[in-house]
Amino acid sequence: MAEITADQTVITTADGVPLKSRLAQAERRKKIAAFALVLPLLAFILITFIVPILDMTFRSVDNPVVAETLPRTLAALETWKFGEVPDEPVFAILAEEMVAGSKARTIGKVATRLNYEMPGSRSTITKTARRLKRIKQGPYKEAFLKIDKKWGDPDLWARLKQIGAPYTLSYYLAAVDMQYDAEGNIVSQPEDRQIYVPLFVRTLWVSLLITGLCLLLAYPIAYLMATLPTGISNLLMIMVLLPFWTSLLVRTTSWIVLLQTEGVLNDIAVWLGLIGDDNRLQMIYNMTGTVIAMVHILLPFMVLPLFSVMKTISPSYMRAARSLGATPPRAFWTVYFPQTVPGIGAGSILVFILAIGYYITPALVGGRTGQLISNFIAFHMQKSLNWGLAAALGGILLLGVLALYWLYNRIVGIDNMKLG
Amino acid sequence: MKGLTKYTTLTAAIAAAGLLTAAPALAQKALTIVSWGGAYTKSQLEAYHKPYTAKTGIKINSADYNGGLAEIRAQVEAGNVTWDAVDLELSDVVLGCDEGILETIDISILPPAPDGTPAAKDFVPGAVHECAVGTIVWSTVYAYDTTKFPGEKPTTMADFFNVKKFPGKRGMRKGPKPQLEFALIGDGVPVDKVYEVLSTPEGVDRAFAALDRIKDDVIWWEAGAQPPQMLADGEVAMTTAYNGRLFNAIFTEKKPFEIVWDGQVWDLDLWGIPRGSKNLKQTLDFIKFSTDTQRLADQAKWISYGPVRKSSLPLVAPDMQPHMPTYTENFKNALQNNFEWWADHQDEMNERFAAWLAK
Repeated sequence: MAEITADQTVITTADGVPLKSRLAQAERRKKIAAFALVLPLLAFILITFIVPILDMTFRSVDNPVVAETLPRTLAALETWKFGEVPDEPVFAILAEEMVAGSKARTIGKVATRLNYEMPGSRSTITKTARRLKRIKQGPYKEAFLKIDKKWGDPDLWARLKQIGAPYTLSYYLAAVDMQYDAEGNIVSQPEDRQIYVPLFVRTLWVSLLITGLCLLLAYPIAYLMATLPTGISNLLMIMVLLPFWTSLLVRTTSWIVLLQTEGVLNDIAVWLGLIGDDNRLQMIYNMTGTVIAMVHILLPFMVLPLFSVMKTISPSYMRAARSLGATPPRAFWTVYFPQTVPGIGAGSILVFILAIGYYITPALVGGRTGQLISNFIAFHMQKSLNWGLAAALGGILLLGVLALYWLYNRIVGIDNMKLG
Repeated sequence: MKGLTKYTTLTAAIAAAGLLTAAPALAQKALTIVSWGGAYTKSQLEAYHKPYTAKTGIKINSADYNGGLAEIRAQVEAGNVTWDAVDLELSDVVLGCDEGILETIDISILPPAPDGTPAAKDFVPGAVHECAVGTIVWSTVYAYDTTKFPGEKPTTMADFFNVKKFPGKRGMRKGPKPQLEFALIGDGVPVDKVYEVLSTPEGVDRAFAALDRIKDDVIWWEAGAQPPQMLADGEVAMTTAYNGRLFNAIFTEKKPFEIVWDGQVWDLDLWGIPRGSKNLKQTLDFIKFSTDTQRLADQAKWISYGPVRKSSLPLVAPDMQPHMPTYTENFKNALQNNFEWWADHQDEMNERFAAWLAK
């Protein structure tokens, strides 16, 4: 067979254009058309997913408020030494900037920001800003100290200088139960305020537990669905999908009805005499409730990938193994199980990632001990308005998921995953 | 008062339907007034919205939310304010005003009382703020199931914390406010000393120690609709709750509950305007209208929250008066929530409370 290469002969189309460039042109057109088709999706993902994530990540280190509201005070504090209370000129500049700040309504943000680092100092700022409007001239130091004696505390000035940096790590520190002390060293939070690290740990192991339980429960169901005759397996499929289509809130509240101390399960147990009437089991508003409800809600995400993988496994493999003398457990373990690993991987990672960010179910049935990290992210987004801390907590969670994904890829291999 | 989920969807659907059917010509004159839903929104609808529409022809779209400032902040930061007036808790007003996401409201626009007393003097202290105008006094109290205590009845806040004398599960809101206040009152601190004690580290320890004693018996609630439900289900024997919700359960749903007013912690709800409202003038007019003496008194017909104008009190129907937080008998041992203390300490207390809960 003769090989034609470009330098030997140039093949042209009917109108004399080299075939190669015409081909490239056609290919390019096809590529543009293909790109145009995915463009809406790309734009959608960019706007609703990438941009918000970047924005929130930026917020977790962004710290513009003090630098913008009190720039001259911060400049005057450049030469200030730790442990001192500044002199009149600094107070005069601060007074001027505070009055301007309360006119522009930004001084409250400074107060909020300072209060994160130094609890109880919010009112010092707001009160001073309010009263300064009536004070037309100095000496300001005296006036400040008369309004609130905290202005004589060198720590307050240290904090003010500290939060003047345009970018900060303090939200990330807070998210891992650490903080800057007044001198700028990184130290642990007081023990009675440490909550986030234990919560991250709890979220992690609860998610792992839920993934494990889902796998245990889903594997036999998926196996039955894949092997039973079509009629019965369709019925099973409907039973898996029906709750999947039911509202999340309805399913969660149904669990409350079933599990509460005066609920159906406890009533039955009391009626059967298994437990005493005054000794009812607490199965909801704690970790047990969270795990039960979340396993139920996430179960279909495990069943479906497992089923789709098992359906493709030909029964003749198992028959062959048996006919070659393997016992049923051996045949299952060495022949059947390895073929379902892609389904296990897909289901597990799906359930795990959904569980780690789960919010509404723990909020409703978690009670005192069943709260997860996402509940606190929601709290800081909605109630305390500390978006910086919420962003830092979310950032750590995202990083954790990415790290686990990387680990998973190293151990199992992402190409081995099969979603259906 | 807070987020009645049962009604929320319904009212939201109605509000959405209202939005859809509003003719475009009218739509630009419509105001969007946001509140907590349920029986509380209904009382505002009857007492404020309907008469206002009848008087001015301006339609009002009522929407529900669950408190907090997240939505307002998002709207203001995005420069697309769609809410005109929002029913806010005092602590959120203080926070939102400091954050600069609420419009300032000039108090002199508010009408005086019928006898000529200027508005500034007619409102109870704290009910007119730089950024908001008060509407109601509500309070957190506790109630018990009368069938659970056939003998001696609980009558004081100390009884709530005494699980030996009055056995049974307790319901409390999951959060430090006003659980710390309740704990100190229950521990014997006089109401006028509560915040003084709380301002010391030992005082905070004392409050948590008092909560420690009943911790194992407490079931924590979050939404205002939960505690009456928990009480009705027999999940708890007594629970703290918002007084309006309890009133609804006792008198509308005929539940065998009894309210204990001793040690109640009362607070205010106010109208605030998100900064950058497109209908500022009209919204101010609505707020002026809805916070006059008669309107505030009218609202008390529909729900047992007290009016914030002193001149409104005599106009409240006599049969409603004993259910108001501000009724003399109920108000004997009452504490006003100190928003300034909470503004200073809420971050710290929230963290400490969460850490304590998880232990």
